[in-house]
Amino acid sequence: MAIVAPVAVENLTERLQVGVPDAVVEWNNYALWVKPSSIAPVSQFLCDDPELDFKFLNSISAVDFIEYFELSYHLTSINRHHTALVKTKVFGRENLSISSVYNVWRGADFQEREIWDLMGIHFEGHPNMKRIMLWEGFPGHPLRKDYL
Amino acid sequence: MTMTGGEGPLNTRTWELDRAEGAGVQSLRDASSEPLSEPILEIPDDLKSNLLVTSVDALVNWSRKSALWPVTFGLACCAFEMIATAMGRFDIARFGMEVFRASPRQADLMIVAGTVTWKMAPAIRRIYDQMGDPKWVISMGVCATSGGPYFGSYSVVPGVDHIVPVDVYVPGCPPRPDALLYGIMALHEKIKKYQNLQNSPYSPVALANSASRNATDSSTESSVESSSDSSSDKIGEQA
Repeated sequence: MAIVAPVAVENLTERLQVGVPDAVVEWNNYALWVKPSSIAPVSQFLCDDPELDFKFLNSISAVDFIEYFELSYHLTSINRHHTALVKTKVFGRENLSISSVYNVWRGADFQEREIWDLMGIHFEGHPNMKRIMLWEGFPGHPLRKDYL
Repeated sequence: MTMTGGEGPLNTRTWELDRAEGAGVQSLRDASSEPLSEPILEIPDDLKSNLLVTSVDALVNWSRKSALWPVTFGLACCAFEMIATAMGRFDIARFGMEVFRASPRQADLMIVAGTVTWKMAPAIRRIYDQMGDPKWVISMGVCATSGGPYFGSYSVVPGVDHIVPVDVYVPGCPPRPDALLYGIMALHEKIKKYQNLQNSPYSPVALANSASRNATDSSTESSVESSSDSSSDKIGEQA
């Protein structure tokens, strides 16, 4: 049984800087951060690159750090047995917006709707961007730190 | 938030439906800020000693309590305890209740088993309204009773008694099947106390009232019907 191990962040960063220049902001030994404006080309590159081959999106999660929201994209390559963690920071509180990765990974559909529902980050280009769990007309986004 | 998004075909087809559903949920939430009171059975004093009423009521109540059919209504983890209650080990069939009906039209009892969210609340109210009278509600578990661990949450109803009137509350998280059986037996005891003919035009009290009126002013008009709509007032006068 093949072991699924994290891909080395240095290699991932080098390869990503060749594929999508000026996208990576910072990295440490477990994750790398990209610009929120370049999440769509980065996702496309990570999915299409034959060496990386991240065809599977495990999850998207959002964390409220008061000053900014951090989105984490957990990726897995089924063929090459490695994983990666790509993050991005969205600054601000009102009218937040970031590009959707629905066209790259269809599994992002419900997760992006959930993040919009509970965190209030709008995903541009999503075909069905509306609340998924709460009802339409619910005031606010309840998983934000400043909700109530 | 006024942001709407997405131009896909799914969105254009469902957006208005979602808006309508959300408006329904919001209006129900605004309308149900206070819990509904328990349906209390008031027994008039002059009916307690009436032999005919008590024996007919005993028969009707016995038949009602002996075949209390629940509607299939599991919302959360309490539903599994409810299912276990219906299975062979605890065996709800001893009470003539083994028929969990999939249609509210054929059910007498709604066991609200689990967390009630505001988005589910209109469906609960609709199912309760679709059940034929007489109907009873058991609130099973602390979530349905008061919100439980989710009390004060943004999406959970603080007790299903905000939506429908509840007869019996069963505490527990989740309650064991024994506790649910105890609640069911408490509901049986409650059903046994019903006064079914209290407001009927053919109740002995109403008939006695009409007879006495006929004797006094000897009018031959439809006294039974006229006594039916205000029989409770006449009971008070007679008492």
